[in-house]
Amino acid sequence: MKPSNRKFMLITSVILSASLLFGCSSKSGESKTDTSNSAKTTITITYRDDGIGEKGVLYKWIKEVSASYPNKNVEIKPTPIQASEGDYFAKIALALKSKDTAPDIVTEDTFILNSDASAGFLTPLDDKVKGWEDWTNGSFIEAMKKGVTASDGKVYGVPYSTDSRGLWYNKEIFKQAGLPEDWKPKTWDDVLSAARTIKEKAPDVVPIWMNMGKATGEATSMQTYEMLLYGTGERLYDNASGKWIIKSQGISDALSFIETVNKEKLGPPLSKVLNGQAGNTATREYLPQGKLAISLDGSWITGNYIDTGAAPWPEYKDVLGFAPMPTSKGQDPGSITLAGGWALSIPSNAKHKDEAWDFIKYALNKENTEKLVIASGNLTVRSDVAKDPGYTQMPFNGIATEYLQHAEFRPAQDKYPEVSTQIQTMVESVATGTSPADAMNKYAQDVTRIVGEDHVMEK
Amino acid sequence: MSSLAVNALHKKRKSYTWFYFLFPSIAIMLVFFIYPILLTFFYSFTNLALTGESAKELKFIGLDNYIHMFKDPAVKVSIWNTLIFLFGSAVIGQQVLGFIIALLMKHKKRAFRRVIGTIVLAGWVTPEIVCALCLYSFFGDEGTLNSILAFLGIQEVTWLYTVPMLTIILANIWHGTAFSMLVFQAALDDVPSEIEEAAVVDGASRWQVLSRIIIPYIKDTITTNMMLVTLQTLGVFGLIYAMTGGGPGNSTTTLPIFMYNQAFVNYQLGYGTAISLLLLVIGIVLSLFYVRSMK
Repeated sequence: MKPSNRKFMLITSVILSASLLFGCSSKSGESKTDTSNSAKTTITITYRDDGIGEKGVLYKWIKEVSASYPNKNVEIKPTPIQASEGDYFAKIALALKSKDTAPDIVTEDTFILNSDASAGFLTPLDDKVKGWEDWTNGSFIEAMKKGVTASDGKVYGVPYSTDSRGLWYNKEIFKQAGLPEDWKPKTWDDVLSAARTIKEKAPDVVPIWMNMGKATGEATSMQTYEMLLYGTGERLYDNASGKWIIKSQGISDALSFIETVNKEKLGPPLSKVLNGQAGNTATREYLPQGKLAISLDGSWITGNYIDTGAAPWPEYKDVLGFAPMPTSKGQDPGSITLAGGWALSIPSNAKHKDEAWDFIKYALNKENTEKLVIASGNLTVRSDVAKDPGYTQMPFNGIATEYLQHAEFRPAQDKYPEVSTQIQTMVESVATGTSPADAMNKYAQDVTRIVGEDHVMEK
Repeated sequence: MSSLAVNALHKKRKSYTWFYFLFPSIAIMLVFFIYPILLTFFYSFTNLALTGESAKELKFIGLDNYIHMFKDPAVKVSIWNTLIFLFGSAVIGQQVLGFIIALLMKHKKRAFRRVIGTIVLAGWVTPEIVCALCLYSFFGDEGTLNSILAFLGIQEVTWLYTVPMLTIILANIWHGTAFSMLVFQAALDDVPSEIEEAAVVDGASRWQVLSRIIIPYIKDTITTNMMLVTLQTLGVFGLIYAMTGGGPGNSTTTLPIFMYNQAFVNYQLGYGTAISLLLLVIGIVLSLFYVRSMK
């Protein structure tokens, strides 16, 4: 090598390794700027962004609430996780494990709250809620506090919304197909026959949409499978014996319904329903565009249609109807709904727990919760908001709250999220052609492995 | 100091020098390769989960993960899918197609070789995820292929749902053929043209030249390439995950996808690590098979 060449190589390698070192140190550089600004504490808040970024309800709400937050020494920073419904919870679990990645506040779906609490990811809030007037004076609906209480009896979050589920339907399409505009199906057969009529009279319209893929995660388990299963009178978990039900007529019936919908091509094309965007495709495209007649979905979907929503649709109040989901054969109580909900929790690895708690108290007071549930189309967990005219005048809120009267909840078991993913696998396999019997056998085998042989039963 | 002592010192120093030179690479191997494998091995005997009680308290469950793996019908499906994908896209697709392209380009004009070479290479230089997006929009419901079919008045096909395995195999062939082509081009250039000419003079047909002279001459390259392509294809994840997500159902769930689903979708990290070891074993067995067949 010539000396000049050698010099060139030397300089290049020095520059390259220096740039690598800078790459490594960028993080520490960031934290330095943080400390120089030490007068302000930054509270990070993590939630799911389904791909619409700054148009998202939670983003806008966090910005609005933090702008009016009286404590100006605290800066609220949204740190969304962009993920499909299924991936969000895995990403959250990974983030909560480490002090470096855990946010100060995290939005938790109540179905996974118990698991994350058992894993030691969340801070118990009992001492904190005790001293909070809103919590103790009955402003929060008592039943909703159960959703944030883990199996150890401690409170791990403050709920901010709940929901109910039912059959959304497009009255214009129903009229066109000669079906009643005030639709109240009494049995599953009524639902199927309405779908068949639509397929015949309006062939370009998807008769009924249910989420059936693994990619739609909990939406598949709860909005589709559990609405069906609980409608047969069967449950996922037998509270009396403390065992998971892995084989039953109810499971078989629920899967047969899904099989029928797909065999008779009453559902959406698989290419649309088996991907992570399926829920948005149904609510933000198909339903408003008149391409979908019936959608088995949550009460919150109307949040998309208000003028600040993701898919504004002013006519939704008149075009949509919200019918209760009937039980399989019309048996008592006649209709069924499942209720879920979301809460704000403080991770065990959060850096500013006290500041986070102060912010939660402010963010979930009456005014701010009301803003959030109205914008997101969810139902409130606060009795004072439930009486407020601003809330009650929202279309469908009355009827959705009414369904909540007989609502069922998912099992408060720390294994539920793992069982739930097996439900999604089972539903997708039936949707793609596996027989209900085979799918149920596989489900039985997988659930047995997850919860152990002593904790399962057949009915 | 006597010259003898100096010599001995020199010798002693020399016998350690190799270590100083090797140390950085050994350290990197230990930290980034050996340690994670040992850790994976360790976790595969536990009930490690992403959330829930077992995320906090790790329990040894012995061979449970492995026993379940051999009973799990989904594992069999995934192994089968992996083999179809491997055979279709690597062995048949990339290997044979790459060889044919290289053979057809032999003795052609330089400009021609350059143009064709660049076009084939485009698939190889495209990052996996970009490649997956391109092919997703090609095979998608409203994608390029269906637009062309519609233009020609042919019934559209939902490619990713009716023939998902075929689409990911074609995608992987498009992505990876250039590698085999380059390897075979280099090997074919090494076949001495005198031997070929002599065979032709002796009256050998083109097929005979190919089967009796060219293929035996580049036999070693074929096995080496086979091994490289196989190992690359065994680990393909992003391409399949982005195009079909392993679905519909589990019709394109290969072992890497299955492993990911168990670990990060079903929260069963322990079981996921056991599957990753199965994948490692399959890779080792296939490599040994190729190495042996080379001898």
